[in-house]
Amino acid sequence: MSNTSATASELLAKMNSGEVSSEEITAACLEEIARRDNSINAFLSLQAETALETAREVDRKRKAGEPLGKLAGIPVALKDNICAKGATTTCASKMLEAFTPPYDAHIVEQLRAADAVLIGKTNLDEFAMGSSTENSAFKTTANPWNTKCAAGGSSGGSAAAVAAGFAPLSLGSDTGGSIRQPASFCGVVGLKPTYGRVSRYGLVAFASSLDQIGPFARDVTDAALLLETIAGKDQRDTTSLDADVPSYTKNLEQPLENLKVGYIEHLHAEGLHEDVKAATQQALEVYKSLGAELIPVELPHAKYCVATYYIIAPSEASSNLARYDGVHYGYRAKQFDNMIDMYAASRGEAFGDEVKRRIMLGTYALSSGYYDAYYLKALKVRRLIRNDFEQAFQKVDIIASPVTPTPAFEIGELVDDPLAMYLADIFTTSANLSGIPGVSVPAGMSQNKLPIGLQLLAPPLEEERLLRAARMFERETDWHRQRPE
Amino acid sequence: MSTQLTQDEVLKVASLSRLKLSETEVTALGEQMGSVLKYIAMLDELDTTDIEPMAHAIEISNVFRDDQLQESLPREQALSNAPQTDGKYFLVPAIL
Repeated sequence: MSNTSATASELLAKMNSGEVSSEEITAACLEEIARRDNSINAFLSLQAETALETAREVDRKRKAGEPLGKLAGIPVALKDNICAKGATTTCASKMLEAFTPPYDAHIVEQLRAADAVLIGKTNLDEFAMGSSTENSAFKTTANPWNTKCAAGGSSGGSAAAVAAGFAPLSLGSDTGGSIRQPASFCGVVGLKPTYGRVSRYGLVAFASSLDQIGPFARDVTDAALLLETIAGKDQRDTTSLDADVPSYTKNLEQPLENLKVGYIEHLHAEGLHEDVKAATQQALEVYKSLGAELIPVELPHAKYCVATYYIIAPSEASSNLARYDGVHYGYRAKQFDNMIDMYAASRGEAFGDEVKRRIMLGTYALSSGYYDAYYLKALKVRRLIRNDFEQAFQKVDIIASPVTPTPAFEIGELVDDPLAMYLADIFTTSANLSGIPGVSVPAGMSQNKLPIGLQLLAPPLEEERLLRAARMFERETDWHRQRPE
Repeated sequence: MSTQLTQDEVLKVASLSRLKLSETEVTALGEQMGSVLKYIAMLDELDTTDIEPMAHAIEISNVFRDDQLQESLPREQALSNAPQTDGKYFLVPAIL
């Protein structure tokens, strides 16, 4: 494996044996980005100089035998809704085009403490609202496997960067599938942790009760390594959980005994692609061959997830995005009549279509006369959805399903049909609504040579189980070793 | 339920949202919001009478911290992203 296609764990071993330096690895990633990102569009900004400086400093420390962090010298890319001091954080929005945060997100502090090399900020759907990065105000990220196809979203840039050889690791955020769906489309591992497992301090808020930061990686081991680096309690996010962070890498190679894998017997998702169905079936066979028991589970309220999600997420978004008023930071319109008009004009000019759509939907759902019918109703159905999982997890250890109904769609294919785009979130939104962890692992290839992911879900705070189950599958297959081109 | 929001309804929500919209946007949003709301109406099939609403995935309440002085952002940095500032304050158009 070359320095741009190897996993972070492989690169760490190579650095420790003196075979390669962090500076060489970082330079190789930057060269690859310079050579090919004009066709992929994974990055919105690069921090090339500071990255090379950090890399050289890590190399010096390594040579001097000084203590090193877990990710010492490994290039990491950040979704551009995660604040890193001194680097623009645009959320792919005209609203924050010139915004430079004066502080680091909690996870950025953790990454710096782990001696990671932050190389750049990746593209996303504006404010993480979307499933294709087509809602970015600046560019659309192409799928490294086929540049006519979408990389997925909203963390499309982070997924594409790992798949394309631009960075061995990256971070994304997942509100309704925004890590798992692009991971599936791009053939990489993407994990959404339990709600509260990772601090959201410094993550630009979209829907606060659903948002969670998580890792992208080229294999399960790397995802475990990155998760154990960023997880844990942080006083500045009161919803972050005060639960021990186990070493997710420690027992990863140890298969789970008497594993019970739940599956949804009647997968009637509209438009479920044959290749996706087949890949899911084959994945279940792999678990069976490993001695796992396959048990059908009922999730009677699964079909209501998308409707529930598209009330709750826009409602929270309409409230969170009220802060963009052209006063403290962000875009201010040039022409306006008065203060209120300044707010409306600034927001009208700087937000894109999807962001406006969601603010409008959320405001509508929360407005007088509609609150009970929409928002309150959705919160009640949310509990029914969570109860389904609680019951299912009494019978099984993990639940396996597709990540998305289809492999990557073509860029432009769904852009004029918001509802069709929303319906593609059918398998992913339930984990956010319930707060449970989920992972997408490479599990197949469509006839058109596009990756297909397998989603595994586990009960709250069972990331260790989730990752070990994912690793059991990965060891038996070589989908994760395939690279585009 | 009507499948489309009227222009007045859209404009009312836009005003509550502090969003200045073009005429094209108003028309498009009327249709798009209508189709999403029509889809969402499937929740009406469910009887949720005795179900407790669930606002958060992990049900925790009132997280307190000690009330201690902490360092805050220096003024210069707090103002560094302001669209308009005099170096001391955020400037806005006259309100009265």
